Amino acid sequence: FPGLADVSISQDIPVEGEITVPVGSQSPDEDYSTLDEPVKDTIMRDLKAVGKKFVHVMYPRKSSALLRDWDLWGPLVLCVSLALMLQGGSADSKDDGGPQFAEVFVIIWFGAVVITLNSKLLGGTISFFQSLCVLGYCVLPLTVAMLVCRLVLLAGTGTVSFIIRLIVVGAMFGWSTLASTAFLADSQPPNRKALVVYPIFLFYFVISWMILTFTPQ
Amino acid sequence: MATADDLKFQEFDDAANLLAANPDATTISIDEPVEIPKNQHSRLQEPGREEDDELLGTDDSDKTELLAGQKKSAPFWTFEYYQTFFDVDTYQVLDRIKGSVFPVPGKNFVRLYIRSNPDLYGPFWICATLVFTIAVSGNLSNFFIHLGKPTYHYVPEFRKVSIAATTIYAYAWLVPLALWGFLMWRNSKVMNIVSYSFLEIVCVYGYSLFIYIPTAMLWIIPQRVVRWVLVVFSLCLSGSVLVMTFWPAVRDDNRRIAVATVATILLLHALLAVGCLAYFFDAPELDIPAPIIPAHNGTTVITKSH
Repeated sequence: FPGLADVSISQDIPVEGEITVPVGSQSPDEDYSTLDEPVKDTIMRDLKAVGKKFVHVMYPRKSSALLRDWDLWGPLVLCVSLALMLQGGSADSKDDGGPQFAEVFVIIWFGAVVITLNSKLLGGTISFFQSLCVLGYCVLPLTVAMLVCRLVLLAGTGTVSFIIRLIVVGAMFGWSTLASTAFLADSQPPNRKALVVYPIFLFYFVISWMILTFTPQ
Repeated sequence: MATADDLKFQEFDDAANLLAANPDATTISIDEPVEIPKNQHSRLQEPGREEDDELLGTDDSDKTELLAGQKKSAPFWTFEYYQTFFDVDTYQVLDRIKGSVFPVPGKNFVRLYIRSNPDLYGPFWICATLVFTIAVSGNLSNFFIHLGKPTYHYVPEFRKVSIAATTIYAYAWLVPLALWGFLMWRNSKVMNIVSYSFLEIVCVYGYSLFIYIPTAMLWIIPQRVVRWVLVVFSLCLSGSVLVMTFWPAVRDDNRRIAVATVATILLLHALLAVGCLAYFFDAPELDIPAPIIPAHNGTTVITKSH
């Protein structure tokens, strides 16, 4: 090798280091062992995960647990229960009634998909299903508001009941919007945060409007 | 022939130290290629905004033309292609909304605010807001008008939301499509200096609908005069934005066709406003079968029913 004739490497550079393999061999054993566990354990694990996410929504801190392990069970349960509770209102008239079950379902899911697409198109770093998960879980305060409204409406439909419902729905609407904003706004570039928060505001406003205008037959 | 020592692994110093030792060595720096066009674009936008407040934006149109060609190069089946239509910041959206509400005479909305960066965020969300505002305001207004009448039972009228959505989105997308087709056809016959792309026309129409949002909220007031004054006022504002945008595109054409085009644009805009008012908002004086009251000076007074 004539070109290497004038390459000189100092003789006293020590060659040392460590070659270690990170110890990960234990976790595959744990995964395989879930096949043998009783069914109750499997179900309880998922239920606990869903319950933990509900707690995260009720007390929104900037934790990433909601974002990391997304699941859509909670949103599905909330959406179905909200749509069921919005039934039974003003079903007498052919056109001018409250929203039907399918309409509530479509509004919630289609609205959540559109907001997710919007935030991704604006350059957000959150994934599609993570965003759906957050938006769906943050419907929880509004579902609670719907429950309270139905109970209040059992007592009466006068002005006092309307004011109580207005206050409750307004407070829950603010809670939902703040909770979802706390999770979603961080994944946006800072000069576009308002562009992402506004559709979320509109989404929960529409759901709150549907809850507030519910009149039983 | 290399010795065994030559083949031993050698630690290399930090680039700064190496360069200090040998200042004449050639260096290669590799940057992220994606960052550069974006930074250039935003840097050119900033000074352009201040200088071109007085002009029609013809100075930097060359630069923006070049960069516009650079920007939208992704094929239409990729996600990045659609991201180029949402490349706006909060302040840009707010500026465009302000430009649609306060039209400055002589300034062209497209040249001044859009500048080859049409976005779909504004048109889409302004239309969505308008749909829900009209539905909610109509519902509220009807509630207040009929309040206190014993035969009235409040209904949320949820069906009207889907009707409102269909109407407004159809207006915001089909009318620009038709207008764009018409302008392209006229362009093939008469050489126009100013021509707009389809997305720019959609953008102008979308932002011009913004004025109807506060108008719809004020339509809750159950006074006929107030409502019609609001219609005329908002029509003047947004209509003038549309006229000032599209007049330069047709003025080189046959006089009658130019005037007819602009008149059609204004007519459709007015039709949308009046149609929404008529369909979603009940008339303030309602159809109670009123008795004919003989007034004291002998003339009969009939309560007007809609």
